[in-house]
Amino acid sequence: MMRRAFKNIPAVVYVALVYLFIFMPVAVLVLFSFQDSLLPIPPFQGPSLRWYQAVFSDFRIMGALGNSLMVAVVSSALSCLLGFLAAYGLARYTIRGSGVVQWLMVAPLSVSYLIIGMGLLITFKTMGIPKSLIAVIIGHVVINLPLAFAIIYSQMGEHQANLERAARDLGAAEWQVLVLITLPLLWPALLASFFLSFTLSWDEFIIALLVSRFDVTLPVEIWSLLRSGLNPKTNAVGSLVFIVSIILVFVTEFLVFGRRKSQ
Amino acid sequence: MPEKRNIKGWGFVGPGLLWTVAFFAVPLLIMAAYSLFQRVGGRIVTDLSLSNYLAFFSKPHHLNALVNSLEVTLITTLISIILAYPLAYILAYRVPARWQRIALMMAILPFWTSYVVRSYSWLLVLSNNGVISNVLQWMGIVDGPVSLANSRTATVLGFVHFFTMLLTLTIFANLVQISPNYRKAAADLGASRWQTFWRITLPLSIPGVMVGAFLTIVLALGDYITPQILGGFREVLLPQAIMLQIQRQADFPMASAMSLVLMVVISIIFLLFSRWLKIERM
Repeated sequence: MMRRAFKNIPAVVYVALVYLFIFMPVAVLVLFSFQDSLLPIPPFQGPSLRWYQAVFSDFRIMGALGNSLMVAVVSSALSCLLGFLAAYGLARYTIRGSGVVQWLMVAPLSVSYLIIGMGLLITFKTMGIPKSLIAVIIGHVVINLPLAFAIIYSQMGEHQANLERAARDLGAAEWQVLVLITLPLLWPALLASFFLSFTLSWDEFIIALLVSRFDVTLPVEIWSLLRSGLNPKTNAVGSLVFIVSIILVFVTEFLVFGRRKSQ
Repeated sequence: MPEKRNIKGWGFVGPGLLWTVAFFAVPLLIMAAYSLFQRVGGRIVTDLSLSNYLAFFSKPHHLNALVNSLEVTLITTLISIILAYPLAYILAYRVPARWQRIALMMAILPFWTSYVVRSYSWLLVLSNNGVISNVLQWMGIVDGPVSLANSRTATVLGFVHFFTMLLTLTIFANLVQISPNYRKAAADLGASRWQTFWRITLPLSIPGVMVGAFLTIVLALGDYITPQILGGFREVLLPQAIMLQIQRQADFPMASAMSLVLMVVISIIFLLFSRWLKIERM
């Protein structure tokens, strides 16, 4: 195996260089989060955990972290619920104009977050709805619902339809079919949608910036930390966010691809 | 019975559809209406006119934002393709199968870090006294601290970093789907490695390149974070110009008009790329 790799030294060198480019900023970020002085720039002094301590004792950051988790959980759950219902309705019932409905459901995917956020900002302003975390949740459902819908809809095959029909023939009511047959069969797709939505909501910045004011999410809080310039505390928050994102990705990866392999 | 089924179906589709209409479609329409209003002396006048659009296309500092955005996006896309293609090729055809998944995951791991944090971490590398400045001084190439931040170069670098990972993913996905039989057949018929690549592999991998390029263009054109953190205000891109209208001028009509221009540009790009963007049902 190694011999095969060594046969192609230019390829190995190229891959190493691109990996270096890809990992350099993240490596610098994490390294200098352990810096034991006031600036996250060379030379490296440390390691020290003082900036992590500073992060955990900063009630603004901790508050933003809590807000981010709340927004991510609620918006992902709502996206999955609405996406599941819409996918079920479209896949199992004949609806007039279903083509248009499908198109509308996935349309937000083709519009920049900035524009979606702008639209919500202006709409809320016109209607006198104040900026809040609820507005952020509304925006995050707008961007995640199309993904949840598309993922769940793509998994609603004939196999499930047959089992649902069998259950109905044996006397199950509609809600029994949904809860006992459809939901368990779609569990992996639902989980994948949930974690993908969670990851995107957790990281989303521009909509959250536009429609929130006093209570903000973590990316917005990090954004305001940036005003103080280079700061090891920002490195520490960033490293923590990085770790959470990586865990989320591995969970999603495991749920989506682990499943695919077994099929 | 069909009528009843129809109504029940709407019951399921209804909530999600209503959400999308109320919080996506309606806001876009309100924004379109706003773009026809004007902000005069701190008040919004609801006389319909195209004056915001005329102002956008006639005032150089507005139009320049669009031109800058298009230039930066084009440069970013080209460099990212050039960097990502060989990487995807090596991962798909040269790395042993059991290492492939882990190698690919490693190649795109920072892709999943927070977008704001990623741009900030480039600042650590590029800024005055940052890593690159220190390395250059240590090597004796420059005398004092150098800053690469707050420039178009920094914006492009931040973009290229992100989109190289994205393009590697789409090109890799395309390359592994090409049947090895085509390459075997070409080799059997006497084609050299280069001929096989130019005549077989490259043409068959164009869809993967195009899907990645489309995503790159759309995401780069609409991104505010990277140009704001890394590029600064020396050169303003369209999303920055839109945010300036909101945050500094509170000119929502102008910001709406500029957003719609951005949306139209992205729609045109979608049409140009549409032949490569067919979504298949599983």
